[in-house]
Amino acid sequence: MSAQTEPFATMPVAPKPALRRFHQARWDEPIIFELSQPGRRGIGVPESGLPEVELPEDIRRVNRPALPELSQLHVVRHYTRLSQENLGVDLNVDVGQGTCTMKYSPKVNDIFVRDAKIAELHPAQPLDSVQGALEIYWRLEQILKEISGMSRVSLQPGAGSAAIYANIAMIRAYHAANGESHRDQVITTMFSHPSNAACAKVAGYDIITLMPDADGFPDIEALKAAIGPRTAALLITNPEDTGIYNPQIKEFVDLVHGVGGLACYDQANANGILGITRAADAGFDLCHFNLHKTFSTPHACGGPAAGACGVAEKLVPFLPGPVVDKTDNGFVLATPAHSIGKIRPYLGVTPNVVRAYAWVMALGAEGLRDVAEIAVLNNNYLMHKILRIPGASVPWADKPRVEQVRYSWQELSEQTGVHSEEIGVRAADFGVHYWTSHHPYVVAEPFTLEPTESYSKEDLDEYAAILAHVADEARRDPAFVKGAPYNQSIHKIDPTSLDDPQQWSPTWRAYQRKHGAR
Amino acid sequence: MIVGLIVNPIAGLGGPAGLKGSDGSEIQQRAIARGSVALAGRRAAIAVRALTKHRPDTIVRTVAGAMGADAAPHAEVISLAAQQPTTSADTRAAVKALRGVDLLMFAGGDGTARDVLDGGPISPVLGIPAGVKVYSGCFAISAAAAGLAASRFTGDAEEAEVVDLDEDAYRAGSVGPRLYGTVRVPSVRVRLSGRKASTPPGTVEGIARECVTRLREGVRYVLGPGTTTQAVGKALGLETSLLGVDVVLDGKLIGRDVAEAELYELVQGGPAEAVLSIIGGQGFVLGRGNQQLSPRVLSGLRGMTVLGTQQKLAGLGGRPLLADTGDPEADRRVCGHVRVITGYRESTLYRLISASEDA
Repeated sequence: MSAQTEPFATMPVAPKPALRRFHQARWDEPIIFELSQPGRRGIGVPESGLPEVELPEDIRRVNRPALPELSQLHVVRHYTRLSQENLGVDLNVDVGQGTCTMKYSPKVNDIFVRDAKIAELHPAQPLDSVQGALEIYWRLEQILKEISGMSRVSLQPGAGSAAIYANIAMIRAYHAANGESHRDQVITTMFSHPSNAACAKVAGYDIITLMPDADGFPDIEALKAAIGPRTAALLITNPEDTGIYNPQIKEFVDLVHGVGGLACYDQANANGILGITRAADAGFDLCHFNLHKTFSTPHACGGPAAGACGVAEKLVPFLPGPVVDKTDNGFVLATPAHSIGKIRPYLGVTPNVVRAYAWVMALGAEGLRDVAEIAVLNNNYLMHKILRIPGASVPWADKPRVEQVRYSWQELSEQTGVHSEEIGVRAADFGVHYWTSHHPYVVAEPFTLEPTESYSKEDLDEYAAILAHVADEARRDPAFVKGAPYNQSIHKIDPTSLDDPQQWSPTWRAYQRKHGAR
Repeated sequence: MIVGLIVNPIAGLGGPAGLKGSDGSEIQQRAIARGSVALAGRRAAIAVRALTKHRPDTIVRTVAGAMGADAAPHAEVISLAAQQPTTSADTRAAVKALRGVDLLMFAGGDGTARDVLDGGPISPVLGIPAGVKVYSGCFAISAAAAGLAASRFTGDAEEAEVVDLDEDAYRAGSVGPRLYGTVRVPSVRVRLSGRKASTPPGTVEGIARECVTRLREGVRYVLGPGTTTQAVGKALGLETSLLGVDVVLDGKLIGRDVAEAELYELVQGGPAEAVLSIIGGQGFVLGRGNQQLSPRVLSGLRGMTVLGTQQKLAGLGGRPLLADTGDPEADRRVCGHVRVITGYRESTLYRLISASEDA
């Protein structure tokens, strides 16, 4: 041993492990209402100098708003700590959030949005002062028309489910206008996004859900048995959550058309078929996109979302209003003749429309197709890696996959007693997200991976290596995996409150009511 | 290949009589008094015919009389002194006497499966479903399927669970199968029943509410056993039975926990439809736990609604729902895509086939 290396050889340094040594920050941070102290202030608001206006009696508050009272320092510290306890999209290899279409949201698009020209827009400004913003709406609509093949597109919905709801509201209005309000059934599939069933139910429809057959496709014979004079529409995702593209989709649409129903395509996630297939070409009457999935804008849980509804010519009069029209005198707002009304106030979530427009323009038509092709390539590469892990499998493995795959740990679980959720919690100890499936689980011990175009080969290799490691841990020491997480902000939580209306608390007020004031 | 055969002659006796099982001689006598005929021998004969049709060189070895030879006329018969009527001990003794076969088939239900397990079988076993409770994983989905599966047996085997219910607790209205042990079964999984899964608590109220909105005046609704169908009774404010078959007409209970003969009379009295639940992970709608709905009762029904959670359907993994009334013609009449109510204003159309189909 040479004299130079000798000192190092004696140092008690363990070799670096193959996987990243991650540890989430842990601050035990209370929620902001618990930090409130009466009289504490963040800012002394100066007198405005404006005359006071008498508010009508019926809209005046009786009690002061129960807002938390904190200094600026404590507000900054609170939210910075929370941000450190969060495994955000900019931190982790976010391919484990299958069906969410996680991808990079270019920072430059946020710079556009923060520009005063967008940030300081007021939705009630005179139209001649917002022609640029209207032009972006109009241009993005033209792009989405081209992508979907539809006649017009509304950008008003503030989220994906809001777009589905807008579509079902148009379906209801269309049938009513044709004197066919007796159509009270909506057909969907088990592997379509559950928002389709939920929105249709909220709109007053009975739901018929087609289960997958032994080949993993929605059962077309069941569709034939389900359709009839009461059929209002088919709401369907394709490729479904399994990543399998239904090759009979045209027959599905034709069968529903054959009984006078409409066909509505959930393209929330169009990442695998962008520039390859179009909703209109399969005969669909309506479709929707989530701008926060395929078109890279932030997701609703982490920021404002946006949905886009595309419709065929016969449904244009029913679109939510207003829509942006181009005239010789510039861009104007118009309300379609039989509009279902507003899905949200004003035009839409303008910052996300700007982000999506910037994203598409940066890529161009060829770039959009590249997105789909790279996403499909990434998915099939990752599937190849995952299937090498003993105990992991893909139900209906003989079917080609598009942009995501619903995998199964059934074999591993049967051999070790470790469940898919527990593998996901342990995977978080290595700094990655992991998601199982919508409920109910159709695939046993499911997990759903969707590596979009943003992720590199090294990212996918790292993710697969983490899952391989956790699966190996499950075999060697199942109790250890079941005891995870070890490196997280919080340890295990009791999930029963999530399923118990007597306990769940979406607001502080609800929490105080259900759990007693603290 | 040598296949051993044991028939539990009294298996299934309690089913058509609405007695939830056939364990114990008092129950068996009550069943016979109610006009029940044991079907185990007939089912075993169907299985043996299917087995020897698909694999003619098979040697069947069995016990004399109703415990086997009656169902398998060309079988080798071993000597074994059995009591009359037969008991659990006879089944256990037969298992011991038939050690040395390549595959041991038995016709019965979960109680018989327990006795087979207790007898210490050395070879893999395969159940021919003929009991009231057939929840164990060692049963084929029908008698014909058992014969076919046996004919394809190559020696590969895997573990399957033997579960049973305490019949006294079951009659008292508490459902909950208990695991008794495992046996080795032929690795021909497609034709074996999955183990019965329990219904997650709190998911049936919406199904019951939807079912109630669909009930029409003047129609006699035959409510099958199970927590889901009992919830329908509860939604109607009726004290229906958990494990029996009840009949409801215009919001009133006109028959509670009825035997086959009484049910037949009731459905003859006017238009009648069935409301049935799915039996756990196996997908059975007819022929498991509701043998009161005999072929002649079914022929008097105008329609059938099935109740089941999406979880239950999902658990079938794309496999169809099954009918196994013992009469392929009766099965066939109810086959096709049936309406399954999965929640309030939620349903699906799901394929139902005869368990004897393609076997």
